[in-house]
Amino acid sequence: MSAHATVRNDTQETGSRPQGTPSQAPFSGIARDLVSGPHPDPMEHEVILDIRELNVHYGDFHAVKDVSLAVPQSSITAFIGPSGCGKSTVLRCINRMNDLVPSARVDGTIEYQGQDLNSRNVDPVEVRRHIGMVFQRPNPFPKSIYQNVAWGARINGYKGNMDDLVERCLTRAALWDEVKDKLKESGLSLSGGQQQRLCIARALATEPDVLLLDEPASALDPISTLKIEELLRELQADYTIVIVTHNMQQAARVSDQTVFFSLNDDRQGVLVEAGPTQKIFTNPGDSRTEGYITGRFG
Amino acid sequence: MISHTGKAATVAGYEPRVASRRITGHIWKWVFFSSTALGIVLLIMLLWSVFEPGVGWLSWHLVRDMPSRVPEKAGMNSAIWGSIWIVGTSGVVSFILGLGTAIYLEEYASQNRWTNILQTNIANLAGVPSIVYGLLGLVVFVDWMHAGRSVLAGGLTMALLTMPIVVVSSREAIRAVPLSLRQAAYGVGATKWQAIRHHVLPAAFPGIMTGIILAMSRAIGETAPLLAVGGASQVLFNPTGPLSSFMVMPLQIYNWTGRPQAAFEHLAAAAIIILMVVLLVMNSLAIALREYFSRKNRW
Repeated sequence: MSAHATVRNDTQETGSRPQGTPSQAPFSGIARDLVSGPHPDPMEHEVILDIRELNVHYGDFHAVKDVSLAVPQSSITAFIGPSGCGKSTVLRCINRMNDLVPSARVDGTIEYQGQDLNSRNVDPVEVRRHIGMVFQRPNPFPKSIYQNVAWGARINGYKGNMDDLVERCLTRAALWDEVKDKLKESGLSLSGGQQQRLCIARALATEPDVLLLDEPASALDPISTLKIEELLRELQADYTIVIVTHNMQQAARVSDQTVFFSLNDDRQGVLVEAGPTQKIFTNPGDSRTEGYITGRFG
Repeated sequence: MISHTGKAATVAGYEPRVASRRITGHIWKWVFFSSTALGIVLLIMLLWSVFEPGVGWLSWHLVRDMPSRVPEKAGMNSAIWGSIWIVGTSGVVSFILGLGTAIYLEEYASQNRWTNILQTNIANLAGVPSIVYGLLGLVVFVDWMHAGRSVLAGGLTMALLTMPIVVVSSREAIRAVPLSLRQAAYGVGATKWQAIRHHVLPAAFPGIMTGIILAMSRAIGETAPLLAVGGASQVLFNPTGPLSSFMVMPLQIYNWTGRPQAAFEHLAAAAIIILMVVLLVMNSLAIALREYFSRKNRW
């Protein structure tokens, strides 16, 4: 946010698009979704993730600059923004996935239940059990559907009834009815949308508090996408969800809070604006946000 | 509008010359075909030069009996068992050491100048003349380790020779495992070893097996290093343990071709056929194993 003055104003540079609609109703298509959708005020909830002054470097490249953000519990937060603006990078900091990139350096704090996840004495393996992740392309293990769900729980020392856990997770992921007769078959025999729901079930099996989703529907057809979105809405009561999406309608449809990222003049990813989804899409506070969500750039 | 020969309807500024481009394609196809055909013809000639003199001398007693000075009584039982012992020992040792090295270099070692130099040199080791390994084995295993001229010394020497093949092919197989699979494992809270043990290695296993097959094929045909380590030219008993003296098929063949009687040349040819059969059987087993695992793991 501190980089306001240095960020170029894309909305003025790319004015070539016909601007038939006046500024009072530029988001009519999206706003219609908002009126009907369930959008409680996210700020009513307690903050579960408090990100402060997050900076990420890949080698010499400063990819994310000074990002500060609060994620409320039991809500859906959507990260939107143009390609390369660091939204996925920020997401991957939350469960320490950037530790796997040798050149990555993460500075700043990410407070989760009063603990700094970024601290040296926090074990990333432990973090990832509490903060699960679903990736852009469905990546089930080349194992049976049952094993896909059970493996994460087993390696984390789950001692309860595994059959019950698998059924419970698949049910929560809205997949049980479709796969209950073929649990022994390979997870890869499922369709793309089913595979992605299997990946969600797999993430639920370690009983996390937070689910991170990195463009979970970008490789899926519209019907599968819709199913994933409905599923997220159902999960939101029990889980805190953070989703990165390129699809602004999706952000408007599913999220309570929207966070807009962009690039500054030095090609560093910065957080431009965060707020209740309804406000971001109907009355954004920053001209860059307005330019992006009306499709004038990005 | 567009004819098959591409002569009609040219757009200004383009000279498609489809016909001549197609001819160029055909010429290259025939170049590649003839290089394949040349290899096949040479292979057939080679096989014929072995089968023609050897096939009449194939018999069970050749497989069952021990070597003898009399061609009609001579067999290669001790050589077959010696080869199995040597290839088995070297297979186990190079699998464990080679795969271990590959896992360390690929998964644990940081990628810097030293690991790069190491990697290049491991690849270079595959090109060192095999007699050099034989001399190394003679000094290290036979003399220093006091293993004597034994199966153990021969097997370890052969393991040195085949390890680079196993390391290089295992590394490539491990590297080919998609990042998404590792991420999936880490994403549910797996440690590095759990991700390697349960996902990376099973996915890489078919490729690793290919390396082992290549290594075993090389080991069963090698002669020079075992000459140096002292595979004896006449052994009238089968190995009973790692410290037995031994005899291997290529040495037996070499020995027979050196004899004055013409009959031994036929015996040598027959022995080559048996060596190839043993090799084929071993490779088929390894391929069957590989297929079984690659069917189990598909992503």
